[in-house]
Amino acid sequence: MLELHDITRSFDSRRVLHDVGFGVAPGKLTGFVGANGAGKTTTMRIILGVLSADSGTVTLDGAALTASDRRRFGYMPEERGLYPKMRLAEQLTYLARLHGCGHVAARANARALLERLGLAERADDPVEKLSLGNQQRAQIAAALVHDPAVLVLDEPFSGLDPLAVETVQTVLKEYAARGVPVLFSSHQLDIVERICDDLVIIADGEVRAAGSRAALRAEYSQPRYELLLPEDAGWIAAEPGVAVVHLDDGYALFEASPDVAQRVLHAAIGRGPVAGFSPLQPSLAQIFREVVG
Amino acid sequence: MSGASGGAAPRDAVWLVAQREMVSRLRSKAFLISTGILLLAVLASVLVGGLLSTGSTPPTVAVVGSAATVVGHADGLKAVPAPDSDAAERMVRSGKVDAAVIPDDSTPAHVAVIGRSGVPNSVVEQLSISPKVTLLEPSKQPALLTYLVALGFGLVFFMSAMTFGQTIAQSVVEEKQTRVVEILLSTISARTLMAGKVLGNSLLAFAQIAAITALTTGALLATGQKVLLTNLGPSVIWFAVFFVVGFVMIAALYAATAALVSRQEDVGSATAPVMMLVLLPYILVISFNNNATVLGIMSYVPFSAMVGMPMRLFTGAAQWWEPLLSLLILLLTAAAVIVIGASIYGNSLLRTGARVRFTEALRG
Repeated sequence: MLELHDITRSFDSRRVLHDVGFGVAPGKLTGFVGANGAGKTTTMRIILGVLSADSGTVTLDGAALTASDRRRFGYMPEERGLYPKMRLAEQLTYLARLHGCGHVAARANARALLERLGLAERADDPVEKLSLGNQQRAQIAAALVHDPAVLVLDEPFSGLDPLAVETVQTVLKEYAARGVPVLFSSHQLDIVERICDDLVIIADGEVRAAGSRAALRAEYSQPRYELLLPEDAGWIAAEPGVAVVHLDDGYALFEASPDVAQRVLHAAIGRGPVAGFSPLQPSLAQIFREVVG
Repeated sequence: MSGASGGAAPRDAVWLVAQREMVSRLRSKAFLISTGILLLAVLASVLVGGLLSTGSTPPTVAVVGSAATVVGHADGLKAVPAPDSDAAERMVRSGKVDAAVIPDDSTPAHVAVIGRSGVPNSVVEQLSISPKVTLLEPSKQPALLTYLVALGFGLVFFMSAMTFGQTIAQSVVEEKQTRVVEILLSTISARTLMAGKVLGNSLLAFAQIAAITALTTGALLATGQKVLLTNLGPSVIWFAVFFVVGFVMIAALYAATAALVSRQEDVGSATAPVMMLVLLPYILVISFNNNATVLGIMSYVPFSAMVGMPMRLFTGAAQWWEPLLSLLILLLTAAAVIVIGASIYGNSLLRTGARVRFTEALRG
């Protein structure tokens, strides 16, 4: 378990992080969500030790992080970059060795990963000769080549083509399935919603919400229901305990407790045929708006 | 895949960084070509120096009749007898001899000299009477040679420090500009990264100096300049020792100043002060290689000692303990410079965009 405790950081007199604390559980994909400038990148840099915190600690399995712990982390910075003139496989091997892999293991890892990401044919090309999409895959390979024990990825999906998004999602899930704590930030709430187990929502340098996706849903949004009738559904607005969100002839979208929703369904069946009834999961975008707004 | 177990020890990481620096340098055509040119220039200067100093074979002169006695008294002339003045003149024209000496009773020396196109000074000198000269403070080395040696030390240090200093500066900014530095810093410390860069480039510089020294020694031996080699030997060794320490210090300065900027275009202006530090001893040693006071000061100032002290050793002006004292001063300065340089470097690496102010970089 990777944990942050009361991390505070200021640049000059501007406070960027204020008592930030959350956990990244092993075997789980944790999404880190927040607007631009909310403090995501600063938090990740502090986890990696690239930046120091003014106060607070980062621990792994309860013990404060050491430099040698961090060398087993895989990190993808928001600002991408590799050596443009260095050959791809050589560069990955070099990075793996800096992380402490032996020469043979480093080379084998690099080759295997390039194969996995569909870059095997490009192994001996300098990075600057790769297409933009392939450079992004190379960047992901750079974060994974030493088979990290913890993964921290800053906006890993930004700028990826849809195929690469698929590949990266699969790879991240694989790592999580192996018991590696995975933390990644993203603007693309739909992706986060699709693949994350846990969520951390940050705004203005403070963690506004953190927990499992299901728990956040339960906590931050009234359950919503959709009702579809062949005739006008206007009557449900008069039902006690119902807040209508949207009404359009036979279609009604409303907020209500599960008991009230069941009562509404019974009432609808009593009036005639029911074409559709379903509970609606609030989207992450809704939760985000509610938490941050 | 097999994973990292605890990470590379800092010492291994320094060596990995150094290796990468060296490999990328050795693969660069520009580097190989400039090294080739430098080696050729060194070789050429030794050969030219050899030609100049071996141009002192005694001139041959054609002698006619009683002139033979006069020429016979001069050690530095090789006499070739000629039957008469006309024959002697023909020999001069054909280039068989450098000059002719014929009897001429109208002159106080009782001989006349016939040359071809220019006055044969070496012959005239041999036939003239010179006053006795006493030198109060004889210099141990001839002035021209002193100048050439000064030029040699100055140029070699200047060229290596410039080339490899600029290379380090560019490689620091390359990492900043391409942002790869953030990945590196998440793995190894800024100190390790800088140490690796300085080590890698220093080793290449030392290899280049070793090649130059080997080439110079070989060429001196091949052209029969053993005497010069014996005179030069100790100062070259001291030069090498001072160079190693001085170069590492300069390299650290280049790394630190380059880290202040984020674009290759700004490297020149950021590292300009360091370049002045490298250029100054070169200019001074060329202009003042026969000025004992300037050389004396230069041989103790850490940024010029690597040129100044070997020069004073060569001219015999330095006592035996002087290079040791100067080396100690250089070592202490280098250590301080490296500590300050490393902190500037570490504080500036992640600040991209505008140039980092020097005071900010120091404070962190």
